Amino acid sequence: MKVFVNGEEREFEKELSVAELIRRLGLLSIRVAVERNKSIVSRQNWESEIVSEGDRLEIVHFVGGG
Amino acid sequence: MSDKFILAGKEFSSRLIIGTGKYRNHSEMKAAHKASGAEMVTVAVNRVPLDRRTESFLDHLDPALQILPNTAGCYDAEHAIRTARLAREALGTNWIKLEVIGDQVTLLPDNEQTLEAAKVLIKEGFIVLPYFSDDLVMAKKLLDAGCPAVMPLAAPIGSGLGVQNPANLRIMREQLPDAVIIVDAGVGVPSDAAIAMELGADAILMNTAIAEAGDPEKMASAMKLAVEAGRLAYIAGRMPKRLYASASSPLAGAIK
Repeated sequence: MKVFVNGEEREFEKELSVAELIRRLGLLSIRVAVERNKSIVSRQNWESEIVSEGDRLEIVHFVGGG
Repeated sequence: MSDKFILAGKEFSSRLIIGTGKYRNHSEMKAAHKASGAEMVTVAVNRVPLDRRTESFLDHLDPALQILPNTAGCYDAEHAIRTARLAREALGTNWIKLEVIGDQVTLLPDNEQTLEAAKVLIKEGFIVLPYFSDDLVMAKKLLDAGCPAVMPLAAPIGSGLGVQNPANLRIMREQLPDAVIIVDAGVGVPSDAAIAMELGADAILMNTAIAEAGDPEKMASAMKLAVEAGRLAYIAGRMPKRLYASASSPLAGAIK
């Protein structure tokens, strides 16, 4: 199953939850936000929201800026 | 002196808001933040890198500071709106510095897209602080849309040129006497900040002027003083400009 995370293609053997995807990619999970196909996935829904084939995810955090 | 700065219903003692970008290291940034007396700092929203585990940048900021996320890197309303929503989700704040850029080289704002994004975000309950070019007509539109303040640029982001159009700023202040005007972008030295405050700005937002100074901590202190001096001067009311001299000492009574 191919999805796009932050513009990069990632492959998973089957559908998984947003929470599982973040765990599998080893990403920081505090003070980050997730968007799936241009809709916000609230943290409370990370375990229940399923990522499927062709989904485009944006996972963001904060960096220095003006 | 009780000259409080009230922005979106919140009271601030400092009229200086600064950024967190471009510092050489975190300790320089923290020292500069402290020296500036700023109570609010901006941060940018960025994709989490997938190839390594990152730490949270926010952990390097003084927890007493209010964090103002920006929509830097967005070139249209849609991206700015999505970025603002992500920032709110991640941080739990309704405040957003709205930045929609129209040109990569000058980083000048796309005022039209900024207004479009502002309208949508305000409907969604955001407190929108829009960065835009110093244009009275656009300022009115942004304020009418519900922005609690407007943030006209002094000069292009990171240019350090100072207020390029002082007349514009003066006109904006005179024509919008009750508006909160925060000069954002283009300040280079403390005198630039003082000038903006003397012209009637309510506050200044800057990043590069401090981060790229030889000694950011010292420059931050200087900026703090400049903003205070400029504000005090504005309230004090300046003397008139004259084409010709007006003697300060008595003309009569000098020895001959």
